Amino acid sequence: MTNLNLKKFLLIFSLLPIPLSLISGCSFDEDDTEENAVYVYNWGDYLDPATIEKFEEETGISVIYDEYDTNESMYPRIAEGAVHYDVICPSDYMIQKMIANDLLQPLDFEKLPNAKKYIGADFFEQSKMFDPENKYSVPYCWGTVGIMYNKNLVEEPVDSWKILWDEKYKNEILMQDSSRDALMIPLKLMGRSLNETDKDEIAKARDMLIKQKPLVQAYVVDEAKDKLISGEAALGVVFSGEALMIMLENEDMDFAVPKEGTNFWIDSWVIARDAENVDNAHKFIDFMCRPEIAVINFDHLGYSTPNIAVRELEKDENYKNSPVAFPDPSIYENQETYQYLGNEMDRFYNRQWMRVKVE
Amino acid sequence: MFHSVTVRNLFLAPFVIWAGIFIFVPLIFIIWYGVTDAAGEFSLENLAMIFQTEFFRSLEMSVLLAFVSTAVCLILAYPLCLILVERAKSAGLIITLLFVLPLWMNTLLSTMAWQTILEKNGILNQILRLFSLPDFTLINTSAAVVLGMIYNYLPYMVLPLYVALSKIDTSVIEAAKDLGASTWQTFLKVILPLSLPGAVSGVTMVFIPALTTFAISALLGGGKLLLIGNVIEQEFTFEYDWNLGAALSIVLMIFIVLNMILTFIFDKEEI
Repeated sequence: MTNLNLKKFLLIFSLLPIPLSLISGCSFDEDDTEENAVYVYNWGDYLDPATIEKFEEETGISVIYDEYDTNESMYPRIAEGAVHYDVICPSDYMIQKMIANDLLQPLDFEKLPNAKKYIGADFFEQSKMFDPENKYSVPYCWGTVGIMYNKNLVEEPVDSWKILWDEKYKNEILMQDSSRDALMIPLKLMGRSLNETDKDEIAKARDMLIKQKPLVQAYVVDEAKDKLISGEAALGVVFSGEALMIMLENEDMDFAVPKEGTNFWIDSWVIARDAENVDNAHKFIDFMCRPEIAVINFDHLGYSTPNIAVRELEKDENYKNSPVAFPDPSIYENQETYQYLGNEMDRFYNRQWMRVKVE
Repeated sequence: MFHSVTVRNLFLAPFVIWAGIFIFVPLIFIIWYGVTDAAGEFSLENLAMIFQTEFFRSLEMSVLLAFVSTAVCLILAYPLCLILVERAKSAGLIITLLFVLPLWMNTLLSTMAWQTILEKNGILNQILRLFSLPDFTLINTSAAVVLGMIYNYLPYMVLPLYVALSKIDTSVIEAAKDLGASTWQTFLKVILPLSLPGAVSGVTMVFIPALTTFAISALLGGGKLLLIGNVIEQEFTFEYDWNLGAALSIVLMIFIVLNMILTFIFDKEEI
């Protein structure tokens, strides 16, 4: 081989994986519209696949199921109308944003008897923070955000967000990597609302996070779970559903909801305005509200369920008696849920968070 | 080989179409989005955003880290390639192939492996603890990100440099030695200038991906480091502000074009 050929050979050789990974990286959305189908767009791993099979068997409706990983990545796909999904499962503030942008259609509760019967009234009440007339959404999962801590490494009682600013735990703290979840903590410590819109107050909260940054091991999202199970960190801000999973895997860990208050989040089923299979969509949502189905999903996920019949049906004592999965109702009294604060405010929150990260 | 111009053009057509659809058109889109606002009106506001603290600092950090990792790659690659060239050609090819092989593995996977190695309770620290040595925590720092960049991009430096060095006629080096040049002088006056084109294309091939990466910094930086690549990725996927994302990409392109101009000046030979 001459040098030139060798060079070309090596170049081609080294570049080969690039087109390959490009091909394997893209997937095609099925556009073969089936006659009797329902298009569902849900969070990644957010229900037990067995429940879909049961639904298909019982109704003969085929479910075309796709997943997303953040509300923000789901939103443009719905807004652009590139793919017509029927049922979606966004979070509170995102539902509010979708209502504001006319992307959802009112539900027909006559077609949702299980939702009326089994979804707790408290959760519809709390949903009014983002769906004021309870017209568009049926709660599916809910939870709080709190502090997961290692009982062997943290001696003092954990009951306040303040512990995340304690120098003792330098490099032992995991924080959430998203603007609202990160800024929520100092806002609550300052006694403000987590839907704060006063820019000076948000800037103050940002400065508290900048001050905290040297103590933080990492800003994480899904990695929090693995890192806390394996003991990488002593303290971490996590969602209550993850907390339950972590505690089952690692007995040293415990979960506390700080007294200053926290985010009470709800993910709910909604139907897209452009849905083509509205009847099937209602059937799907109602099926998911059926207690026997809800309990399968609850076992699979570990996230708290708004379905009031599930605790009765739950067989696993670890879950049934868990104060994390079924907390004392007083824990979520007066808790706030995120609201959509408008595009400009969203940007402001994100910019403050960027500021923390570039410091 | 192809005598008729028509036949030659016919063979050229796939490339022209490819370049048009996948290079030219997207570039137009990027520039279009970059100089307009959400309403589609002409605006340079998004381009000016780069001067806002948050964006400027992330650009600074990216340029710095890309510069450091390119420099380290260059320093590592030179002696390695010199050794490779001195070996018999066949051995050199095998060793070079060994360098290329990791490229077949997905960058994400190999970077995640580094995560596992560098973690607080990672493989490295477990080995250190075995020998009662103190922990060494590199993860979630800019040093870890630089390490990830060097690991991933070193082959791109080694390959062009190796080819350039192996093209040097050994008789030239022998002549230099004959005329009394020391090893060091031979390197500085003969090998270095002759291999410069290879080094320059190596620098380009390392600097550009290092400048634009967002995966390595996300995995090894623990979210504590915001590079311009991460910002652009967020603008497109999370913030859904394509205008700002495109404008920042244009700013980044300026750096890449600068780099390519430098390459062009140094490298008058074919690639």
